Amino acid sequence: MQQIINFLIRYKHFLLFVFLLLLSLLFTIQSHSYHKSKFINSANFLSGGIYESVSGIQQYFNLKTYNQELLEENARLREMVRDQSPSVIELAAAEFDTLTALRSTIALSGNQFHFIPAKVLNNSYAKSDNFITLKAGLKDSVQREMGVITSKGIVGVIDHVSPNYSTVLSLLNTSFLTNAKLKNAEHFGTLQWGGRDPNRVQLLDVQQQAKIAVGDTIETSGRSAIFPKGIPIGTITSFKLEESKNFYIIEIQLFNDMTNIGHVYIIQNRDKPEIEQLEETRTSEE
Amino acid sequence: MKNKVVLNSVRFLALLVVQIFVFNNLNILGYINPLPYVLFLLVFPFTANRSLFLTIAFLTGLTFDMFGNSGGVHAAACLVLAYVRPVVLRFTYGVSYEYNAVKLSKGTFYERFVFISILVLLHHFIFFSLEVFNISSILYILKKTLLTSIATIVFCLLFNILFSSKRE
Repeated sequence: MQQIINFLIRYKHFLLFVFLLLLSLLFTIQSHSYHKSKFINSANFLSGGIYESVSGIQQYFNLKTYNQELLEENARLREMVRDQSPSVIELAAAEFDTLTALRSTIALSGNQFHFIPAKVLNNSYAKSDNFITLKAGLKDSVQREMGVITSKGIVGVIDHVSPNYSTVLSLLNTSFLTNAKLKNAEHFGTLQWGGRDPNRVQLLDVQQQAKIAVGDTIETSGRSAIFPKGIPIGTITSFKLEESKNFYIIEIQLFNDMTNIGHVYIIQNRDKPEIEQLEETRTSEE
Repeated sequence: MKNKVVLNSVRFLALLVVQIFVFNNLNILGYINPLPYVLFLLVFPFTANRSLFLTIAFLTGLTFDMFGNSGGVHAAACLVLAYVRPVVLRFTYGVSYEYNAVKLSKGTFYERFVFISILVLLHHFIFFSLEVFNISSILYILKKTLLTSIATIVFCLLFNILFSSKRE
């Protein structure tokens, strides 16, 4: 017994070191497995609050770009509304609400998707697992696994939520996976980021029968309950067949400039519980 | 004693703010974000209790992990740095150096440079290995470690020279 105590006292620094090292490795491994990290994230009042107080200054420098983006979005939405029905334009001219228009462009039953606007507090893109911190949380009815988009394309999926803040698993994160398809066909594949260039992503597992060409548009497939169908992602810059010659590997240039994101929309899918419940019953029957 | 606590707290807060709002957004060549916050651990009083130093290093890393959503990557790297520091100290300042008398700013420039370089390289290698977490991209890890380390070492030396209280 005496020897054990002596041992502990003699090696107390080493034991403390090993204990803390194991703890930090545990956090690290958790952070690399999707949706497991629980304790250490920036959606808390301390880091969220500090990011918020400074992001005001940072946003000021980017006001011009954001205004330009909003103008472009407005113009595009106006065009869409005009194309859809002439009667709407009269209504729209009187009172034009971007969010309502955005919702109507996604041709699905009226209220299935609700858009929550949010401000970006912090955005990283130089790491291999990137996250974005948003000024919107439980109080704004943000929940985990909601999709995040801008007017130009997809951004990521909500990862952690606190009362006032939330973190987004960015598109530029090696754990991020989603379904995407060709705009002019129904062939779909898995979208993922290679971990290097913040402007490029890869679309894998597209059937070799698909007719693809450089410059084609890629959009979300609507196969998951996170993103509605038809949110733009990017254009094809190159493609090749993988070794087995059955599937394409497609390189995509993103529409979004992931290095400069100021305002985003969080997509709330009101039918999600219903979809999930349905899918659960199906898997339990199998 | 009290003076030391205040000094180190101020240094910690200053480096935290500078790291998060300036250096994390630098993106030199698109992906180099130097981590000069390690200077806090490099110049942390050499005479301090070792257990205390290990714990503080761990908590420092965890703070940066919280801001960067990186799990425990900073914490692990800082912890190893803190554990290895006495060994590197003995290596650079010679076997005969007296624990109590040495301050980083008192060494020659060469000694300071070697001391900072070894620890920064080690810290960054562990940091990027854990961050990328993929053995097949070892070349990418090494490239990032090397380039970021150079930037960090430059900034650490600059800060060290600028803010060292007594000049010789």
